[in-house]
Amino acid sequence: MDSPDTGKAQEVEIVLKGIAAAPGISLGPAYLYSKAVPRVQQKVIRADEVASEIERLRNANQRSEKELQKIHAFAEQKLGSQNARIFEAQIMILGDSILMGTIEKRIASEMKNAEFIVADEISKYKQLMLAAHDEYMHERALDVDDVMNRIIRNIQDQKLFSRLEGESIIVSETLAPADTIIFSRNQILGYATDLGGVTSHAAILARSLKIPAVVGLRSATKAVHTGDALAIDGYAGVVIVHPTEETLQALERKKQRFREFEERLVDIAGLTAETLDHKHIELSANIEYPEEIQFARVQGAAGIGLFRTESQLIGKPAYPTEEEQYQAYQTISGEVYPHSVIFRTFDVGGDKISPDTAHEANPFLGWRGIRVLLDRPDLFLDQLRGILRASTRKNVRIMFPMISTVQEIRQAKALVAQAKKELDDRGLGYDPHIKIGVMIEVPAAAVLAEEIASEVDFLSIGTNDLIQYLMAVDRDNAAVAPLYQQFHPAVLRTIKHVIDAGHKRGVWVGMCGEMAGDPLATVLLVGLGIDELSVLPSVLPEIKKIILSIRQKDAKRVAERLLARATEQEIRDELSALIRNKVPEIPLDL
Amino acid sequence: MIERTVTILNKKGLHTRPAASLVKTAARFQSELTIRKDNFEINGKSIIGVMTLAAEEGSTLTLRLDGPDEEQAAAALVELFERKFDEE
Repeated sequence: MDSPDTGKAQEVEIVLKGIAAAPGISLGPAYLYSKAVPRVQQKVIRADEVASEIERLRNANQRSEKELQKIHAFAEQKLGSQNARIFEAQIMILGDSILMGTIEKRIASEMKNAEFIVADEISKYKQLMLAAHDEYMHERALDVDDVMNRIIRNIQDQKLFSRLEGESIIVSETLAPADTIIFSRNQILGYATDLGGVTSHAAILARSLKIPAVVGLRSATKAVHTGDALAIDGYAGVVIVHPTEETLQALERKKQRFREFEERLVDIAGLTAETLDHKHIELSANIEYPEEIQFARVQGAAGIGLFRTESQLIGKPAYPTEEEQYQAYQTISGEVYPHSVIFRTFDVGGDKISPDTAHEANPFLGWRGIRVLLDRPDLFLDQLRGILRASTRKNVRIMFPMISTVQEIRQAKALVAQAKKELDDRGLGYDPHIKIGVMIEVPAAAVLAEEIASEVDFLSIGTNDLIQYLMAVDRDNAAVAPLYQQFHPAVLRTIKHVIDAGHKRGVWVGMCGEMAGDPLATVLLVGLGIDELSVLPSVLPEIKKIILSIRQKDAKRVAERLLARATEQEIRDELSALIRNKVPEIPLDL
Repeated sequence: MIERTVTILNKKGLHTRPAASLVKTAARFQSELTIRKDNFEINGKSIIGVMTLAAEEGSTLTLRLDGPDEEQAAAALVELFERKFDEE
């Protein structure tokens, strides 16, 4: 008997892919959180309304201060006093009697409404700060903007955020530091944002609260409505809207496996990553913000194998000066000490450095990475000097991206020498024996790995781009994405060639692409002789567990056998079976 | 009315912490305080004003004090700058 048509639209399961910012799996209803900037309208008031208007302002100030004190206390507790300090500036502004006195005088003399005068007066200061060529000032401008909006909201009596019914997964464009207060007021199961890198106060908070977070989803706020059933997988960096029963069960199983696994991870963090037959693998972390160092340490990283310096360029109106960069790099090298950090020089398209760059038809094959820096030696030298100055603790290394020729390396090294000389002339210190390495991602560099190894101290294989170039595939192009095959025989043989070439010339070879963090690849990579794996902090313990459970001797045999295979599927199947047998407790996503 | 020239000796310049110390110190005195940097002037008792100075290490500021206790105020403020706001 056919069931009657209920007229209910089938809710299709939508899978959104982003970046894993905090581990965990949660299932629950979505809450679309949007922070609208309050609208301010200019209104004329009567003389007899002035007193009450000033009263509105004072009340709004008091409420704002109470709110900020609460946020400050919460932030101090959950994020530490360093991070909580950002709210102190806002609280001080509220207590600025000169500022508030001026605003009250203007309300009386101009006879306009409080929120208009507040917006007008405080914006003046905001503009001045934005006009400064200083990252610090721009951040203060954000603080000023934030407190201004808070005062206005309170004048308008707008509730920014209401208490949620029950638990929810927050979906938002982005989460500013002050928004983190929502985590204290409600049962948040996790959050997902359109924008954002792997760090930010929200990500740090999510990790300390042990709730999953996925960022960089690009269009989550468009695909999700408040109340939609969501599944958030902070291991895979995936958010699923309207998950099917099947999906839900798979996630529950995965959640359970990870829970069991994580209970044992605490012991692993302190161990050195060494195989059963004592082959030591340097297991380090890929990060891009200093705030991630703490998490990397907790996860047991032996240093930072890749620090993406592009974060220096993001959200800045102007290219950062040598001094600004030095301050940032110095802070990082200090925090990582006594471990080492490898700074990769700017790996961006030309348009990030020179805004008037002509639009490229093929940016992936175009003016980016080291190519841009060598064409702009003035900017390259700023970065090199900044990094060198931060190397006095002798725990800093430099790495160049997208190298294609030996010439490029020699040019870059000449610039390093020039930077050192310039610092000598200025009487500034640096590590004279600073180690220099390159990323092997362009196929030409892979083929020429031996000659390249002769010029440097280490090689790091960037599999993300290497595989795309080797397979001639854009992994973001859905039509061909399946061709992005990590275990394609050609990829494996290329990796082997690079490792052998490096070792022939006495340099160590590491890997910082996603493949390094794929538990399925670990045995293979160890068998091929990799010396270092730099991975996302969240997967570090899994990789370490595998290394601790195998012998390099056995891994070598596995690698030899697999190198002879002709299809990716065979290789993948063998590796899955291997992990399931050898290290069954690894909660693989198969 | 008196004027004093001071230099920022702090590595991080006049960031939020020292700015707050400056304003707190100025508040102890009756005299008005105006701070000038290049062609730009702000009220030295206003924290948001001092924040906009964006004064980095090495920059020179002119302090102008006007009031019954201007001498004491000037002395206290100059000393604050010389002590690098007790930051270093």
